[in-house]
This record gives sequence, C-alpha cells and structure tokens, in this order.
Amino acid sequence: MDDNLRREIILDNYQEPFHKGLVDEDGYCKVNTSSKSCIDNLDFILKIDCGIIKDIRFDGEACAISTSASSILIRKLIGKSVEEAKEILTHYKNMINEKEYDENILGELNVYDEIYKQPNRKNCALLPDVAIEKLLGGLNNGSRKNQDDGFKTC
Amino acid sequence: MNREDFPMLQKDIIYFDNGATTLKPKCVIDKMNEYYLHHTSNIHRGDYDAAIQTNELYDGVRNIIAQFIHANPEECIYTSGATMSLNMVVFGYMKKHLKKGDEVLLNKAEHASNVLPWIRLSEEIGIVIKYVPLDENYCLTLDNIQKCVTDRTKVISLAHVTNVIGDVRDVEAIGNYCLEQHILFCVDGAQSVPHLPVDFQKCHMDFLSFSGHKMCGPTGVGVLVARKELLEEMDPLCYGGGMNSFFEEDNSYELKEIPIRFEAGTPPIAEVIGLGEAIQYLMNIGMENIHKHEMELKKYLLEKVSSIPNLVVYNQNSDSGIFSFNIDGVFAQDTSIYLNHYHIYVRAGNHCAKLLKDEIGIKNTVRVSMYFYNTLEDVDRLVDALKNSDNLYQIVL
Repeated sequence: MDDNLRREIILDNYQEPFHKGLVDEDGYCKVNTSSKSCIDNLDFILKIDCGIIKDIRFDGEACAISTSASSILIRKLIGKSVEEAKEILTHYKNMINEKEYDENILGELNVYDEIYKQPNRKNCALLPDVAIEKLLGGLNNGSRKNQDDGFKTC
Repeated sequence: MNREDFPMLQKDIIYFDNGATTLKPKCVIDKMNEYYLHHTSNIHRGDYDAAIQTNELYDGVRNIIAQFIHANPEECIYTSGATMSLNMVVFGYMKKHLKKGDEVLLNKAEHASNVLPWIRLSEEIGIVIKYVPLDENYCLTLDNIQKCVTDRTKVISLAHVTNVIGDVRDVEAIGNYCLEQHILFCVDGAQSVPHLPVDFQKCHMDFLSFSGHKMCGPTGVGVLVARKELLEEMDPLCYGGGMNSFFEEDNSYELKEIPIRFEAGTPPIAEVIGLGEAIQYLMNIGMENIHKHEMELKKYLLEKVSSIPNLVVYNQNSDSGIFSFNIDGVFAQDTSIYLNHYHIYVRAGNHCAKLLKDEIGIKNTVRVSMYFYNTLEDVDRLVDALKNSDNLYQIVL
C-alpha cells in the first residue's frame, strides 16, 4: 500500500474515530483494556442481537495506532455474525504477528500490514482486538455480569 | 558534566528519562563486577577472605549513605527501592501505631507508591486520607498544609520533589512544623536525593525513602532512613535468616538489633556495593553542582521552547530538571515515539501520579527529566525536534 494513503487512512480514523464515545443504554456489555507496555487505556462496549453484532463503541485515551485500529475494526465488525467477526479478528491478529492471513478479508485493516516493523506498536494495534475478543469470549462462557457502571448483560 | 563516565552516552542518544531511571557510570558497573568476579560470597556468615572483604564493603555502604543524607548509619536500612521503603513505613510502623479516624495528609501530585499503601491501610484499619490542595502552579505550600491539619492529623507524607511537576517542597519548613505539631513526617526522596542536597536530620524527617537506580546506582536496591526510636517500634515485613538472634520450638524468638532486623534473607549484595560507589561518585561531583547544572538546563529549555506556539507546558515554575508538556492535540505517546526517531528518550504517560489529572486536567504528559550529564546541546536537539514537529505523523505512522 502507498505510504501516503496508509497514513491518510490511519490519521482520518485517529482524528475522527468511528463510534468513539460510549452510550448509556441497555443491552451492552463492557470491557476495559489497557496495555502493560504503554499508556493506551480504552473501554469498549458491544451489543449483540441474535448472533449479529449490532453495535460496538469505544472511549478512552490512546495513541494514533490504537485509536485508528479501534475505529477501523469497529466499522468492519458491525453487522457481522459472531463467527465472521472471530474469523476477521484471527486474520487481523495473524497479520500483526507476521503469520499467514488473507488480505482480502481485512479490507482497510491492511493499513497495519507493516506494523511489525515497529514491534513496540504491535500491542497498540492489537488493543482493540484484545478487547473485542474478550467481549465475544464472554458470550460463550457466560462470564459477563452486570457491571456497576450500568451496562447490562447481553 | 562527566559524560565520558557513561558507556551508554557513547551512543548517539539523548537520555531525558532520568526520572524513571538514570544511566550508570562505569565505576559503578566495575564495582559490582569486581564483587562477582573476585569476591563473590554471602554476607555476615563466612570466615574466609572473600567473605570478609564483602562484609566490609557491604556494611561500609551504610556509613556512606549516612554521610550523604546526614543520618546515623544504624538508621539506614537497605531495601529493594523507594516503593518497598514506603511500604515498610506504612505496614511496618503506621499499621501498628495509627488507629481508626487518624488522619494522614497526602496530595494529588504524589506517586502511586506514596498513595496506594495508605489507601490499603485505610481499608485495613480505617485511617482517613486527606489530600492537601495544590496551588495555581500545582505546587504544595506549607500554608495549604496548615489549613488541612486538625487534632486528628498524625502523619504528613509527601515527595520532596514530585515526579511530574518537579516542584521542590520546602521540607525544612514542613519538617519544623511537623516537629512542633507532633506529626510524623514521611518523605519520599526518590526524585530529590539523586538531584539536590538532602539533610535528614536538619529537616526533622522521621522517614526518608529513596531508590538506588535513580541516582546512578543499580536497580533492586534502595534505602529507608528512619529515626532510631521509630525503628525500634517498627515491625519487619519480612522474617527469616540473618535478622533473628534465636528461635525455639516453643515459638519463642528474638530479633537482631536495628537495622539488621529489617534485612531478612540474602540481600542484593552487589547492588548495595554498587549503590555505595554511586553515592561516592555523586558526592565527588557535589550535589549543589548537580542541582545548579539542572537548573541551568531547565532555564535554557524554557527560554527555547517559549517560541513554540503549540506547546502546552505544565511546570514553568518548578525548581528541578523536570519539564512536563504536550504538543497541543497530540497524544503524549505519539510525541514520545516521534522524539525517539531523533534518538531523544523521554517518557509519556501519567508517570504513576494518577490523581494529578484532577489538578492539571489531563491524564498523560510527555516528561523530560534531566541529569548532570545532559547538556545544552541535548536541549537544542530536543527543541529542534519540537519546532519541526509538523511532520510528526509522517514519522510516527
């Protein structure tokens, strides 16, 4: 990908992130994710209906990579089934970790295909993946509980 | 100053993260290697030559520390660092002597290690933590402290120099006040002892904590200095070898004298010896000289950055080598990554002072923390990079 286009996509999503800001409505579950190696700290909320991701939103403080990756991932995942979302996340994670992946599945997320060249930023790119995986994982093990902050179990 | 003593500075780097840890001069590394290469042995046990040599060096460091911060050698305890020292104060002494409703005065510029132990103690025994308001420059004044003191106030615990704003608290005046009011005075010296003269006795400190690695010494070692009467009443947090006189089947036991009582198990021997070397190294340079040099750098830096329009500076007025800022609209970590491109090492984050956001209105800042080996040229390179930060995202992304 052309470097200027890559930068433009990341910056657009950093400066005007998609679905940044939480809502206080029923039907969402919530998770906080922070990086142990840097200062990114984001909350994510997710709403699922009949196996389809209806909404994901995020908020908090994070760098250009974490924020833009959250924005792009959220745009990509809304409307997908849980299984489709998990597949996208697997390919995304593989790309960041220099394993085999299908670039056709990832669309705009391909802007991070060279992030491995900055190893300390891989965690930034993976932060939204960790959060959303936690939220999706909670669907299976029934571990999601009502949080004190008012977000209800899906 | 003394740049040639630091192997790390032979590389093309500008090290401005001294608040986190400092570089190590070769003499400190050599002194520790000497122990590992020539007289490895445990302390206080062996009768052979290497052990005797190690004992002398290890025990001798207490005298060096005492001379350095003006205390008695038996009042100086080796710990793993300032965090452990503060935890020893809170859970070894305060837990035993404070009771429900007693008030401890802190402030929101403090490092986690001088807040969280107190929060935990509050949960355990019901002490009340009160935060003294900071002034308009985010500094702590004696006047504001006095306004918060009540007849329930038993402890004032504060950093001598804070690690984000870098303000130097008037510990002599506060110490005198504490003495008059019979309030215990607990000082976190992690950011002051490495940078300026500190006098434990003159300032009537009851407890003083600091770390070795922030003052040219190794990681894993620090110091708790406490008045002898208080140490006699303090419980060890750790029990085991080296700190007991005897123990019997009927559960009777006797602990050794202070300060050995607080140093159970095999201590970080090489690190203690390295710390002693680091302190001697600093004393040879002179703490007044170190502080003066840092203030010159800070003044020069402030002058230079005043012409950069998009810079938000949080501590114009503090008398230390700490400079905290943000580029307007840029996340602190992105600025830090940008500066790394020019081999300028700074720190981005909340710097463990997570309550300070309530005062300065922002969670994360970029922190430049200088030391005696930094130069005007280092500052120039930082300023050039900040002036040309229009291309920040081209470099970061």
